[in-house]
Amino acid sequence: MDLDALLDCVTTSSCVVTQTVSGLIVGMLLFLVAAGLTLIFGVLKIVNFAHGTFYMLGAYLAYSVFVGTGSYVLGVLAGGAGMAVFGVVFERFLIRRVYGANVLMQLLICYAVVLICDDLVKIVWGPDFRAMGMPPEFQVPPFFIAGGVVPPFYLVLIAVTLLIGGALGLGLGLTRVGKTIRAAAINPDMVSALGINTTLLYSMVFAVGGMLAGLAGGLAAPVRSLTPGMGFSILIESFIVTVIGGMGSIAGALIAAVVLGLIRSFGTIGFPLFTEGLMYIAMIIILVVKPSGLFGKEIV
Amino acid sequence: MGRAHTLRDIAIGCLVVAVLAAIPWMLPGKAFQDFVIRCASMALFATSLNLLVGYTGLSSFGHGLFYGLGTYSFALLMQKTTVSLPLAFLLTLLISAATAVVVGAICIRLRLIYFAFVTLAMQMLAHSVIISWVGLTGGDQGLQGGIPRRVVAGIDLGNQYNLYVFSAAMLVIGLLLMRHIVATTFGTSLRMIRDNETRAAFLGISVWRVKLTVFVLAAVFASAGGMVMSLFVSGAYPELINWPISGDAIFAIVMGGVGSFLGPTVGTMILLLLNDVVTRQTEYYGLALGIIILLFALGLRRGVLDFVTERLGGRPAGGIH
Repeated sequence: MDLDALLDCVTTSSCVVTQTVSGLIVGMLLFLVAAGLTLIFGVLKIVNFAHGTFYMLGAYLAYSVFVGTGSYVLGVLAGGAGMAVFGVVFERFLIRRVYGANVLMQLLICYAVVLICDDLVKIVWGPDFRAMGMPPEFQVPPFFIAGGVVPPFYLVLIAVTLLIGGALGLGLGLTRVGKTIRAAAINPDMVSALGINTTLLYSMVFAVGGMLAGLAGGLAAPVRSLTPGMGFSILIESFIVTVIGGMGSIAGALIAAVVLGLIRSFGTIGFPLFTEGLMYIAMIIILVVKPSGLFGKEIV
Repeated sequence: MGRAHTLRDIAIGCLVVAVLAAIPWMLPGKAFQDFVIRCASMALFATSLNLLVGYTGLSSFGHGLFYGLGTYSFALLMQKTTVSLPLAFLLTLLISAATAVVVGAICIRLRLIYFAFVTLAMQMLAHSVIISWVGLTGGDQGLQGGIPRRVVAGIDLGNQYNLYVFSAAMLVIGLLLMRHIVATTFGTSLRMIRDNETRAAFLGISVWRVKLTVFVLAAVFASAGGMVMSLFVSGAYPELINWPISGDAIFAIVMGGVGSFLGPTVGTMILLLLNDVVTRQTEYYGLALGIIILLFALGLRRGVLDFVTERLGGRPAGGIH
């Protein structure tokens, strides 16, 4: 524990800026992954334990496309599109068979997919760390805001994730498909009785969830090292985010993700070994005080 | 279940221990003994989890907390104090029970998925504490230095064969006790809560108290499993309290069968056998194990022992399908 260092940091503007920005990018990436997770849970009542794998595969896919074509934008898009397809396949051939089954059975299926994909990544990309490095278009001198160093890529990343989050919110709120999805989350039988193809709808939800995680992976690739186990830590963290924000609530996920990102970035200064412990404590406190999460509905 | 059944179970238990004790005379070599010791530790842990999952319908993802707590408390008591092994054993059970009262009181009022995640968070919190409290626990290096004073009543548990018989006996005693617990009226209350909590409450069962009691009991048995592991590895390591340990137990009970009392034990054997066989054949353990899980889970859609009982007896196994 190093409270002096933490005190030093919060009283220096440069440190505050640097840590806030790095906390925000952690938070925004978490938000993208958690938004998909919470969407899938909200509509299908399935906890997708393989969601971190989508993120990992998205990152590797983006990496390969970037290395192949030299275009980072193309890489991120490929990560998103690839994982949308993967999400549909995953739902269609595996998850669909365990709708209504015990949560432990669903957990086991997802666990199997995680194990398989981690090893497939080892076979295809090798077991060692891979680093994409900063794409050339972002290799420009950093900004200095109040003495804090802010790489331009970080700002782009925050802006892009906010844009995606906004598009998701508007899409769910205003479009016909979005309204149908929200209706299915409340009463799938009624939606089905109205002649809407819920089978297709469920595939679509998994496609959107997969795409969000894939995009997050692609966006994270320049600032994170790629390893076959990278899906797990983001999975645990995005679970914490969805649980704190309230399962099924996208706004809740955004707020919880930012809070968690900030806890992480400032926590590493004050409690270098106990950063993760802080996140668990935050989750336990929220759940004890408000068991359905910040924005969760009171149904359990 | 009457007295005759209990006596029959005890007789079977004694027979199993006797047979296991005799096997090394015919089949020398450490591999089998190692396997049984690991199996005993893990099966105690998995069966205790099934008290929660299969019998009460409480899907805990963080039961490994108590397994890991068992390894660490026991190893620390043996290393840092001068208490004898049996006393350290009892103290560890008490520590686990006390921790479970606190953790359980916080967790059990939450439902389903929230319960699952808070228990997982509790375990990961304990893991973080152990990793960061380097002075006491050795951090991510684990608690090294071995476990002293292993002689109990003239029997040296440092000896592989003695530890092997001890572990087998621990497993059998633990299973008999848990078998007894689920056969009592308390066990009936558990199943009633699993099947219909509201009705159980209407019939006058104090749901909260029963759930907390079974949570504490499960924790005690899990920590007993942890202590066997602590003796086996001569210490305690963060891996023994990390999340995959809970994953292994869930895997064991789902594979073995949540509806059969011995399901988790069978599942543990399957898991450890798979582990040993597959890791010898290929470095891609996860790939092979994942494919096997998918075949099991999508093909059988229930645990092996549940599947067998259904096929043989036509009796649909209870549980949570």
